[in-house]
Parts: sequence; structure tokens; C-alpha cells
Amino acid sequence: MYRFIGRRFFFAVLTILAVSAVVFAIFSVLPFDPAALTCGQRCTPQIIEGNRIKLGFDKPIYEQYWLFLSGIFVGRTYGSGQAAFSCPAPAFGYSFNENACVTEMIKESLPVTLNLAIGALVLWLFIGISLGVLAAKFKNRWPDTTGSVFVLLGTSLPTFVTGLALLIWISIKWKIVPMSLDGYVSVLDSPGRWFMYFILPWITLAIAYAALYTRFTRAAVLDTLGEDYIRTARAKGVKERTVLFKHTLRAVLAPIITLAGLDFAGLIGGAIITETIFNLPGLARLTLRSVYEFDLPVVLATTILAAVVVIVMNLIVDMLYAVLDPRVRM
Amino acid sequence: MTELLRISDLHVAFPTDDGLVRAVDGVSLSVSQGETVAIVGESGSGKTVTSLSVMGLHKKGSAQMSGSISIAHDGGFLDVISAGEEEIRSMRGRSVAMIFQDPMSALHPYYKIGDQLAEAYLVHNPGKKKEAISRAIEMLDLVGISEPAQRAKEFPHQFSGGMRQRVMIAMALMNSPKMLIADEPTTALDVTVQAQILTLLASLQKEFNMGILLITHDLGVVAQVSEKVNVMYAGRIVEQGGVDDIFYNPMHPYNLGLLKSVPRISATGSERLKAIPGQPPSLISLPAGCAFAPRCEYIKFTDGNACATLMPELAGTSASHTSRCHIDESKRQASFAQAMKEVR
Amino acid sequence: MSSETILSITDLIKHFPVKKSRDRKKSVVKAVDGISFDLRAGETLGLVGESGCGKTTAGRTILKLTEPTSGKIVFEGQDITKFKHHKMTSIRAQMQIIFQDPYSALNPRQTIGKIISAPFEIQKVEPAGGVKNAVQTLMERVGLNPEHYNRYPHEFSGGQRQRIGIARAVALKPRFIVADEPVSALDVSIQAQVINLLDDLQREDGISILFIAHDLSVVQHISDRVAVMYLGKVMEIGPTADLYQQSHHPYTKALLSAVPQPDPRSEKSRERIILSGDLPSPINPPSGCVFNTRCWKVQDKCRTEVPQLVQLGATQVACHFPE
Repeated sequence: MYRFIGRRFFFAVLTILAVSAVVFAIFSVLPFDPAALTCGQRCTPQIIEGNRIKLGFDKPIYEQYWLFLSGIFVGRTYGSGQAAFSCPAPAFGYSFNENACVTEMIKESLPVTLNLAIGALVLWLFIGISLGVLAAKFKNRWPDTTGSVFVLLGTSLPTFVTGLALLIWISIKWKIVPMSLDGYVSVLDSPGRWFMYFILPWITLAIAYAALYTRFTRAAVLDTLGEDYIRTARAKGVKERTVLFKHTLRAVLAPIITLAGLDFAGLIGGAIITETIFNLPGLARLTLRSVYEFDLPVVLATTILAAVVVIVMNLIVDMLYAVLDPRVRM
Repeated sequence: MTELLRISDLHVAFPTDDGLVRAVDGVSLSVSQGETVAIVGESGSGKTVTSLSVMGLHKKGSAQMSGSISIAHDGGFLDVISAGEEEIRSMRGRSVAMIFQDPMSALHPYYKIGDQLAEAYLVHNPGKKKEAISRAIEMLDLVGISEPAQRAKEFPHQFSGGMRQRVMIAMALMNSPKMLIADEPTTALDVTVQAQILTLLASLQKEFNMGILLITHDLGVVAQVSEKVNVMYAGRIVEQGGVDDIFYNPMHPYNLGLLKSVPRISATGSERLKAIPGQPPSLISLPAGCAFAPRCEYIKFTDGNACATLMPELAGTSASHTSRCHIDESKRQASFAQAMKEVR
Repeated sequence: MSSETILSITDLIKHFPVKKSRDRKKSVVKAVDGISFDLRAGETLGLVGESGCGKTTAGRTILKLTEPTSGKIVFEGQDITKFKHHKMTSIRAQMQIIFQDPYSALNPRQTIGKIISAPFEIQKVEPAGGVKNAVQTLMERVGLNPEHYNRYPHEFSGGQRQRIGIARAVALKPRFIVADEPVSALDVSIQAQVINLLDDLQREDGISILFIAHDLSVVQHISDRVAVMYLGKVMEIGPTADLYQQSHHPYTKALLSAVPQPDPRSEKSRERIILSGDLPSPINPPSGCVFNTRCWKVQDKCRTEVPQLVQLGATQVACHFPE
């Protein structure tokens, strides 16, 4: 077990290194002068050359990569003498557009995205699994039909429609949830405001995903209910409720967890529409802005971060699967 | 001998898009303490549907059932067809237990063997967790699983096919049921393992004086373990009798055909098999008369018109050996005796 | 049946590599572990054994559907062991296979006519009188209605589908057919029909058949000789009548005694040899004689020394202490 985790972890680190190297390489061959991108309208060749040396763009590509990597562990200092400024470890670069260390920018936006993604995940798992089980149990009866209408709506309505609809009716028209104008608050500081801040984005994301999970759960439960071991359970005299919630759900859980882990990873840096509609200063917004502005250090950092999240979630999912399914040997 | 199960005029039909599938059509049989009653037939003959009906295991709303199935339960009798769900549930696994064909898929892959066994006890004795676990280990030991306490903590995939069927049997015994339904219990197993399991079942039956309803397609298995036999064809019992009657004095042409077509290990070497021509009928469009008539070579000895239009009743010279056939008794005796000579 | 040898297998081995993640040691499944036999023209050799004994792998390796690890396969005087795909194609017309499961072996999107005529197309053979005519003649031979030429597999029952598989296999008049459990999935009454059909076709065309099955009763009825396999090795091989009447290997004896016969009186009286335990893993088979863990005659020698096939009476037996 530990050997398995150790080996997987080793390969995860290798993969991350490979991804970062590839991303770095792609960015270095882009037809832009990275130094020229660091200053705005009033630019002189002197400033560009100064920035080039400050940020290390004058060095060969492998050395730049090495500086980037080592910066993650020991921090990085740009320039020298009086004008020098430094980003403490873990340093992912420096954004001239924002005049800030990239790490600081991510530190601000990552919690927002994590809160958004985790809350949405919990909500959509709850809704999706419940509706899926209900639809399967009452197959071809009204809960199933209602469920399939929900699935149809949830999968066909884009998030900008549901998100805007929620915003317009709930926040603006009925004023049930205030517009989140005062920015992100931690759950520890003010649980009430935190909840109000995130509830609409959660629902927006959850509707789309819950629809998929309802459909998936319904199919998986129906499949499992036809299994021989479910018949065995009934033949033992197990109550129908236990058959459904213990024997069946237990078997369905492993594939759902796998799916959820990967969907969750996709939301870190991927919930662009939702973050934009609700004006959440999350990772996706950060990425989007830096792409528009050619803020390459930020794009590089967020891309690598997204890759890391996917790899780590895969690792977690595999481990969970091994815990859930005894047949998976480790 | 106490009667444990009596099925009377059971009809089971499943509505499908193509029409009504008449899977079981007027089956009557009974099983008493200590005896093994076999239902033998080919796929689609209705033997498994009959056994699932006894346990009330058809999907809710999918089966149309009529007739009666009465099971000795809690000192009285329970009619499965009219009983409520909770009554049937309290019967399952306690008065009648069941083992299935494929031990590979019949155990839950995610739960430990010991827990699956214990659950069988706990559903009928809630709260007695300790008792359930010790009983599980005891039963595993009884069915010949070595180091039962250790193996109870393992998962099904860590057991071989034969061992899993032993586990299924142990699970069936958890509540000391008076009756066991064994649905093709050895079909998925190799012959040497089949021999082990059949021996085990026979010794357990003796020990607990259980009644066994054995569902199988294998005439060899029937001959080895059963006392009474019901031969099913297209949803009906076509011949019913003691095991010797069925194998040495067949009354129904289908039974005779089976005996002639089954390959035997014989000292005389290989002779050409005598196949039954044709195919079994579709259960959606059963003929009005005898379902076997289109394949029957003895139709020449009967009023062919009767075979085509009139469903024969189960009848015979004695109540213990009956068949559904229009053939004239004297003609049957002469021609069947001749045919049976070729079988040996 | 002539005395001409059509197929000769020498010390055939097929090992499948498996990776066990726990210790990361490479191990192999010894599916077929050194089997040898000859097959004469027009002869049927029954290959029996329990699941996991390697009988199916043996059949597929002989047809080169999977590459042998080592050993020699000589078909009609040609050593085909090392033949690559394109060289096998011309030989394939002479070697065919019939599968166990008549439900999954036929493409559900193709008509019966198309399925049965596939061998003609692949081998680019234009039968006299045209493909359709040839296919319909074949259908008639195997007992199918030629008018059902344009129907799809799902419109047929299990037994009829097996007939389709047989028609496809005999279309090019092969010299050799591997029949891999061809009747195991069929009901008794249908099983007899299919066995008789195979019997007739063989007699008419003089085909050699390797008949793979787990059912000893079926094998007795169709085979001229029988080989009994256990854990990748042949335990005993010999003429059917001799092997069934006077078997010398303890495993053959146990196997024969375990098969229940449709004869209640003798069933209830006869002594049965009940083997204890299960089949050991083919990844780590017992040393010496592979049967030693379940044999009631086991001695020290059996645990250390591998018995070779030796002639004993009419059969060849691999046992240190034959009966």
C-alpha cells in the first residue's frame, strides 16, 4: 500500500516536472518578446533591456527553467542593488502587469476558487446522487420522469443562462441574496456572509453537474440492481431499503467518486463563466485576465497549477478507489 | 414427513413489448422434509422462474402470478403470492434459503465474506452482532473452509469458484432453514469441484433434515441426488415422478428424447446420439395443444388432432408417476420399452 | 481415417507474462507447458480438462491465433511455428475454428449469407456456381433453411447459430478444425443435434478435429483419441475406448468418476473419487508432478520429479505411480 502510494507519488512529481517543462518550452517559443510585454505604452528600449536582465530573459532557456524551478523552493530575487525586489518561496514568477509576485496573486484567488469548487461539489453530489437513486427506484414513475426533465434542463442550459437567471431573479428582483459587492470573505470570519457570497455560484455550477450525476447515478443503480449479488441480498431477507442504500449504493460509489474527482479538478481554473458572472476573483478569472494581457508569468503559473491539480486529484481518486474496491490490488 | 412447500397451479407470465411471455403455466409440486425434489429442463423451460417465484424474487410489477405457493413458515403456512412484502421478507433466508448458479457474481464484491454471512443472520435477529459473527465462522467451518475465522475477513475475489459456492451454502445455512432452493448450484463449476459440492449438500441435508428443491439442466446431477423429479418443457411440467420412474420408465416423449440424446460415458463406446429434432417453441406464441407436439415422433400413435389442439392433463397409472401426453398407454409401453433398450 | 499425419505438435509451450504490482517481479502464467501429440487425417482428438487447464490456449496456439512461446507446430509437413501473418493467410483456409459461444462469435450487423461467405472473400476464392449458391448449399448441409440467407444472427436460436459457425468453418473444406467447446452453451437436445452434425461433416469431408471440451461424456462420443490436460500438461493420452475403460492416471480416474451419469441406480451405489482442494495457480504450479497437491497416491518422488509421458497398455501416461 505505502509502496504503491510512494511509487504513484514519484510518478506524479515526474509528470508535473514534464508538464512544467513543456509549458515553459511552449511559452519560450511564442513569437513575443517577453521583455517587451513587461512594459506598457510608454516604453523605451532601455526599460525593455533593463527588465529583460531583471527577469532573466537574457539567459538561455534551460537556465531560465532552472531559475523558475529553484524559485519555487528558495524564492527569487529580481534585479540587483537598490532596484532589486524579491518574491519569497514558493515563487512562480513576477507579473509586471500587476507589479506583484505571481504567488501572491494565486494566493488571493485560489481560496475563492476552492470555496466555489468544494461547495459546488458537495451540492451537486448530494442532488445528483439523491435524484439518481430516486429515479432508479421509481423507474418510469413520476420521480423518474421529473428527474429526466431536470437532467434535460440541467444538461442543455448553459451556465451563463442559469447563472444570469439566478442573479437577476434571486438577487436583483427578489433581493433574497444580496449582490456580492464587498468581495470574498472567509468562512471563518463571517459564515453568514460567506454563504451568501457563494450560494448562487454554487447553485449555478451544481445544476449543470448534478444533472450529469443524476443520469450517471440512475444508470449505475439500475445496472447494479440487476446484479446477482443484489438478488442474493434479497434472498437473505434484507429489507428493500437496505438493498438500495447499502448494497447498491456501495457498489455505485466507486465510479461516482472517480468521476467527481476529475470534474472537481476541471473546476480549478475552469469555472470561467461562473466566476465572471458572479464577479468572483478566482483562478479562472485570473487566468483569463492574464491571457488577455499577455501576462505570461501568470499564465505559466496557472497552467502548471491546473496540471498539478489534475494529477493530484487523479492520485487521490486512485487511492480512494483502492479503498472502496477491495479487488483493486495495490 | 412434513410438507415444506406446496406449489399449486402456478402461472407466471411477463408482459413484454412482443407479447405476453408465459414462462410458467400450471405448475404443481411439493417438497417435504429431508427429500430432494428436482426440476429439470432446458433453458426457457420455466424452471428458474418457478424457483424465483417461491422466493418472491420477481421484479415488482414485472410478473403476473396466479395459483398458490405455500411455504411452511413460523409454524404455519405462508402463501407467497398473496402475502405482503414484509411477510415474504421474514420468510426469505429463514424458512427457505436459496443458492444460485454463479457463485462468482452472487456475492457482493465489496463486502467481507464474514459480514455477508453475518448479515443473513442479522436481518432476522437484529442487534445480535456477536452471535452472527460466531455463527458465520461456525458455518464456514461446517462447509469445509479451513481457518474460517481468518477467511471470514477476506473478500469474495480471494476465493476460488468452488470455495465461493461453499460460502453461498454457508450463508444459506445461517438461519437453519428447513428448506433450500438450489438453482443450478454446480453448473458453473468444474466436475471435480461439482462432485465436492454435491457431496457436501447431501451430507448437510442429512444433518439438518432439509428439503431441497434442485433446479438443474443436468440429468446426471438429478440422477445422483434427487428422489423426485419434475421434467419441465415450455413452462409446463410434462412428467412428474420418482427418480427411477423418470430415468427407467419414461412416460413422456420429451423425457424419453432427453434420455436418448444425453451423451453417457459408456463401456460400449461411442454410439451416435439420438437428437430431438427441431427447437423449443417461443413462449410468446405457444401452440394451443401440447407444446412438444411439433417435435414429437410419437404423434403417430395418437390422435394427432388432439395433440395440436388440446393440452393434455397430468395423468398416469399411479398418482406418483404422471405425464402430460395423449398417447395410448398400451402403445406407449410397447414403443417406449423398445426405445429404452437403445438407451442402455 | 488414414494413417497420414496432418498435424504434429512437439513440446508446445505458451506462457503469458503477468505483472504483479506488489513485488514487481515478472511472472508467467504457464497456460500450456510442453504438450506433444500428432493428429491423423480424418481423426478427432478430444482435449479435455477443467477450466484453467490450458486446453483453449492450446487450441488457439496451434492455430497461431496467439504466438507460441516455444515448441514446434508442423501442419501438413510444413513447420508453421515461425510463420508470420501473411504466410499464415494461405494456410488459414486449411485450419478453421468453431467457438464456444454462438452468441458473441457472430457479427450481429452482418447477414448470415455475409458471415458464411466471409472465408471465400478473405481467401479470394470464387466457388463454382457463385458465392451465394455455395453458401446456400452449405446452409442446407448444416441444416439451416437456405432461404434465411439474408437474416441476421439475432433471428436464430443458439443451436442454429452454432450451425452458422460450423458452416463458416467448413466453407473452404479445411483439413483441420479446432472446435473449442462447441456445444457447452447448448441445451441437451440441441447439443446432440450439433454433435451429430459435426460427426457427419467430418465423415463426409475427412476433416481432422481437435475437439476441446470439459464434458467427458460429449468427448467420448465424438473422439477417436482423447488427451487429458491438467495445469498446462497432458496427463494421459490414448484411444478413447481404452482411456475410458482402463485409464491409468489418477487424475483421469478422478475426472471420470466425478461425472454424474443419468442413471440413478448406479449413481447411488458407485464409489466416487472426490478430489480435495482446488486447481493450483498456473502462475506457480506445484513442482514435480503438477497433480501432486490433489492426488491420493502422492509420494515424495511426485513432489520433485516431473513424470514423462510413457506408454502403458494402450495409453500414454505421465505418472510415477499409474494405476
